[in-house]
Amino acid sequence: MTVERDNADQFAAYAHPEVLVSGEWLEAHLSTPGLVVIESDEDVLLYETGHIPGAVKVDWHTELNDAVVRDYLDGDAFAALMSAKGISRDDTLVFYGDKSNWWATYALWVFQLFGHADVRILDGGRDKWIADGRPLTTDAPKRVTTTYPSVVRDDSTLRAFLEDTRAHIGKPMIDVRSPEEYSGERTHMPSYPEEGALRGGHIPGAANVPWARAVREDGTFKSRADLDTLYLTDAGLKPGDDIIAYCRIGERSSHSWFVLTYLLGFSGVRNYDGSWTEWGSAVRVPIVKGSSPAGSLA
Amino acid sequence: MVTEPLSDVLRDIRDGFHELSGNDRLTFLLEFANDLPELPARYAEHPELLERVEECQSPVYIFVEVDDQSVVHVFATAPREAPTTRGFASILVQGLSSLPAAEVLATPDHFPGTLGLNELISPLRVRGMSGMLARIKRQVRERLAAQPE
Repeated sequence: MTVERDNADQFAAYAHPEVLVSGEWLEAHLSTPGLVVIESDEDVLLYETGHIPGAVKVDWHTELNDAVVRDYLDGDAFAALMSAKGISRDDTLVFYGDKSNWWATYALWVFQLFGHADVRILDGGRDKWIADGRPLTTDAPKRVTTTYPSVVRDDSTLRAFLEDTRAHIGKPMIDVRSPEEYSGERTHMPSYPEEGALRGGHIPGAANVPWARAVREDGTFKSRADLDTLYLTDAGLKPGDDIIAYCRIGERSSHSWFVLTYLLGFSGVRNYDGSWTEWGSAVRVPIVKGSSPAGSLA
Repeated sequence: MVTEPLSDVLRDIRDGFHELSGNDRLTFLLEFANDLPELPARYAEHPELLERVEECQSPVYIFVEVDDQSVVHVFATAPREAPTTRGFASILVQGLSSLPAAEVLATPDHFPGTLGLNELISPLRVRGMSGMLARIKRQVRERLAAQPE
């Protein structure tokens, strides 16, 4: 059972407008059966300070990752998580979060590894919802435990590993980190000193399009025309391209993965979640430094 | 367990976290976030006096005073949209303020890692609190060095 889509004009030009909802639409649909709102933030306490009425929290750190191996949870664990959150396989899920939906798109990507069919993003995320004066509550959602099937996680379609990425050199890649990380001046994100790598630079041939360039000041996605300029005209992507996106641990690149896949309509875009924390510490993988994609081989 | 040079307030805070489990620990941290005192006017009006804690991804700023009795006063500010960081700042403000300088300096550097939050919040963020503690201690040393003999 799929909830009707938001047919707002501002989404019409995107390749898959059905994956976005506006705050206006969501506020009007909060009590629609079959719709579950999911908040996923970088700051894992933010939800507790107030959230969209009825929204459940998905914690990227404790709930989506395996506790031991650097990997996501498996099909059984995902099924158990969905069951505990009161989510059914045919529910329509609307994700939102802080920092222009950075973590919301990350959660959405992980949900897509399990093939949950109807997933959408609240355009503008948490900040715009609040800025627009829409309701928040600290009341815990009341949801009934569901039975969610155990689905084998598909790592072959939307996810790239180091070997895949290495084999992809020469084809289009988007590095969504800051220019300083891309050039190799920095081996970590500003203010994230502990998620560094041993070497700095980027994967040969990768174009640098920092993820946040895809959003406006208010956190909403830029227009189709502006995104076309950013990714096609400036970064040189062409329709039909087979693309891998990466960042530092795969969360910022989930945001770009979302934009490329759903807003611009590229199919088969993969997110390399090992990203720079793996590549920049791996032995004998090629790295280039400097601000151009080809750079100078290090 | 080896007795550590930890103030009574910090010890109570740590034990408070240990008595709770899972989500209750997060709620406890949120209470600290909500209790972070506002900056006194002399700092609120002079943000240039404050030191940015670069180890935290959110904009958190601190300032330390050491009075002529060598008692420490810690001030901090962090945005409401960053409750985790606010909570950490609040723990240190409450746990270190009004202590003699020597006791602040004796606080173990690994205190943030002993709160039992690593599994809940990610070690990365907990290390942001370690950055705050290190900067507070450094400021204490600087203030002591600047005091007249």
